[in-house]
Amino acid sequence: MSVKVSMKVNGKPVAADLEARTLLVTFIREHLRLTGTHVGCDTAQCGACTVLMNGKAIKSCSIVAMQAEGADILTIEGVAKPDGTLHPMQAAFKENHGLQCGFCTPGMVMNALDFAKSHPDPTEEEVRDSLEGNLCRCTGYHNIVKSIMAGARAMAGKP
Amino acid sequence: MTAPLIGARVQRKEDYRFLTGAGMYTDDVALPGQAYAAFVRSPHAHARIKKITVDQAKKSPAVLAVYTGADLAAAKVGGLPCGWLITDVNGQPMKEPPYPPLAQGKVRHVGERVAVVIAESLAQARDAAELIEVDYEVLPAVVDPVKAKGAPAIHEAAPDNTCYVWALGDKAAVDGAFAKAAHVTKLDFVNNRLIPNAIEPRAANATYSRAEAGYTLYVASQNPHVERLLMTAFVLGLPENKVRVVAPDVGGGFGSKIYLYPEDVVVTWAAKQLNRPVKWTAERTESFVSDAHGRDHVTTAELALDRDGKFLAMRVRTTANLGAYLSTFASCIPTILYATLLAGQYTTPLIYCEVTAVFTNTTPVDAYRGAGRPEATYVVERLVETAAREMKLDPAGIRRKNFIRQFPYQTPVALCYDTGNYDATLDAVMKMADVAGFKQRKEESLRKGKLRGLGYACYIEACGIAPSNVAGSLGARAGLFEAGEIRVHPTGTVTVFTGSHSHGQGHETTFAQVVADRLGLPIENVDIVHGDTSKVLFGMGTYGSRSIAVGGTAIVKALDKIIAKSRKIAAHLLEAAEADIEYDRGVFKVAGTDKQKTFGEVAFAAYVPHHYPLDKLEPGLNENAFYDPANFTFPAGSYVCEVEVDRDTGATQIVAFTAVDDFGKVINPMIVEGQVHGGLAQGIGQALTEACRYDSTGQLVTGSFSDYAIPRAGDVPLFKLDTRETPCTHNPLGVKGCGEAGAIGAPAAVMNAITDALGVKDIPMPATAQTVWRSMHKAA
Repeated sequence: MSVKVSMKVNGKPVAADLEARTLLVTFIREHLRLTGTHVGCDTAQCGACTVLMNGKAIKSCSIVAMQAEGADILTIEGVAKPDGTLHPMQAAFKENHGLQCGFCTPGMVMNALDFAKSHPDPTEEEVRDSLEGNLCRCTGYHNIVKSIMAGARAMAGKP
Repeated sequence: MTAPLIGARVQRKEDYRFLTGAGMYTDDVALPGQAYAAFVRSPHAHARIKKITVDQAKKSPAVLAVYTGADLAAAKVGGLPCGWLITDVNGQPMKEPPYPPLAQGKVRHVGERVAVVIAESLAQARDAAELIEVDYEVLPAVVDPVKAKGAPAIHEAAPDNTCYVWALGDKAAVDGAFAKAAHVTKLDFVNNRLIPNAIEPRAANATYSRAEAGYTLYVASQNPHVERLLMTAFVLGLPENKVRVVAPDVGGGFGSKIYLYPEDVVVTWAAKQLNRPVKWTAERTESFVSDAHGRDHVTTAELALDRDGKFLAMRVRTTANLGAYLSTFASCIPTILYATLLAGQYTTPLIYCEVTAVFTNTTPVDAYRGAGRPEATYVVERLVETAAREMKLDPAGIRRKNFIRQFPYQTPVALCYDTGNYDATLDAVMKMADVAGFKQRKEESLRKGKLRGLGYACYIEACGIAPSNVAGSLGARAGLFEAGEIRVHPTGTVTVFTGSHSHGQGHETTFAQVVADRLGLPIENVDIVHGDTSKVLFGMGTYGSRSIAVGGTAIVKALDKIIAKSRKIAAHLLEAAEADIEYDRGVFKVAGTDKQKTFGEVAFAAYVPHHYPLDKLEPGLNENAFYDPANFTFPAGSYVCEVEVDRDTGATQIVAFTAVDDFGKVINPMIVEGQVHGGLAQGIGQALTEACRYDSTGQLVTGSFSDYAIPRAGDVPLFKLDTRETPCTHNPLGVKGCGEAGAIGAPAAVMNAITDALGVKDIPMPATAQTVWRSMHKAA
């Protein structure tokens, strides 16, 4: 069964005829060729596929594309400024060496963007709690925690 | 001249693409006419295949082909080779049963590949795979490695399920020392099986060009040249020049992406049959059952001491579980990379180690971050700490009493340590961890109802396995050198090609620092290329923390040649004798004058040779080098872990972890710290959370992230790190390697801390809340 879906991805209207079972992440990666959103597991545990749907962090592997009908989706490709300047959260990851292989990174950044909105100056413990659904095998989380703490402060205009 | 870059915390060149979603991992590669593969895998640990019915699958929509082991056998596709031949105690070669890419007649572990379906879309391939019927005759599964001998044979070639029994050391002398010892400490433990779980699942995408009669394979690999060599020479019988292997951005490896895997071979072979690109990407569940696992040792270890705590001898017996097949480097991990490390940081004069390596109906086991060295460190450091407790000696003091202090030091287990300073790292870690204040903290914890414990681990590792000829005499079937090439462009910018592969380690930055520093260039003017056999001349790839020590040195050797030639060019341009030219970071100067030429001017002259000694020198500026190390490097360090155990629940929290490492010269401290953080987390995972469990029928019951707990952010603390520096004596940078240290030292430190907190001799890894709770209640 094929269905029509339309949504906004990174500010751009997109539409497609999809098999009904097409996951949102498959639509993003295979149809829109936005391959910054990654798939690291098949049980919604790792968080590599995290995107923002209407401003809220979701795992794009756990909904089908048609559930995002009419939604505003932000993927990692839409986070930096149009001139390529990194968003403060991205910059914080770079400055704090918050990434190694880079595979979990887009999901980490997307999750942190949502988290930082409600946590302008988070504690270490709050950041660790926020990462319950995002797995990293490279960094031991140390520098991811520091990155998110710094990124959240930067987003809130704090030094 | 630019500021020095060696030792600087330079931010990573590779980060921008990863942070903006512009990384290009294997699954991101979509080729024109892309087809997709889905594998049918065995649901049984051990079974005879009576019949495979593929008719329905072949008729399924958009299916291009279905292949089974019979098709591969008919096409004379070979089995996967093992890269290291171990010779057993009787001088016989290890047993090497065939490892067919698709099962032939029998399946030997859950997840073994039985058939592959290739279709226009991934969903169609998976749908059709569901329609394949396999009629199995289930056989008894061999799961417990200790009971493998005498169990039903898994392979005809190994009737007693034993691959080899191997030993190192003088058994009689060791037994003699034990007979005279004042004290013997003995431990029986399991070094738990781990599932690597790089967050990027394995993937392979192969294409064939009839026009070029050649293949291109994109694959999530740590060593594309090795992958190509093994695949072309041993499995598919293809000319190496007609196969290009590209390992693009790779999302972590930790050893699991070193090996040649059946899926890589099958998609490459199928691409030619179908004349279509064929892509396979593992689902995480497939990764759990088909990526090579790590560790899995059952060990009895003994340490003999005199009455003062001086080590007299060590005796170790290990059963190593190799799983169902010999993975690419499986055989050398529990032998060459394990028994040789049992001296640790100590002067133990006599060591004997016997290893029985067995086949079981489980996923193959191979190198995982540390590869043999975490297992050795666990043996040594658990024994030492336990001996100190039994003899009522200070655990730091007993270590100091036995530290090696004279270098070079020849151990009784074949290695020769070139340099080290173990007092320096132990002193530093004790100060940083405030060991002196532990007693007070323990009392404070007790008031909160928590048991506090402190544990040490003083590890040694051997990185950059070498030299090739010695390794060859020990059974290695490959070289262990590395290659590097420096291509200077006419305008003075530089592209560096390295046979090392970066999959998170930051080589694009670290290696660029080395080159830019030496050539006096801004780091932006130096790019590092790796991971493509069509670009890089050769390479052994990245494993065993070898990249900077071996790959970095190859680059330095190429740099030496670049500078030697540049000096000649500069001498000509400056109308001076070559001997009078002084070089320092990008500037060629006539000694004692202010006459000089920059590296950029020399490069330009090399490519626009109008004023150039063409009669004596070729134009151009491009050099390569191969470097085969004279010895291993020997990073070492001292770790202190402090835990609090909840008396009611058994939950263990790491309240402090302090690590002081000696990696020799550090190029980029920020990147090195990151490597240590990650290694520590994996070591802590082994100690506290990662429980790989098979049931008695050989089913992996921890086959997802819901069941197998790799550490989450809440499981690990902020780490306190520092380094001490004794430069490696046999490479020009003085570097040793840092990638595995954390994973090597952490498990023993954590378990020493937990056993200290509980006041018990031993507790199995992983020390989950349940395990700790049971231990407390048994002890009570």
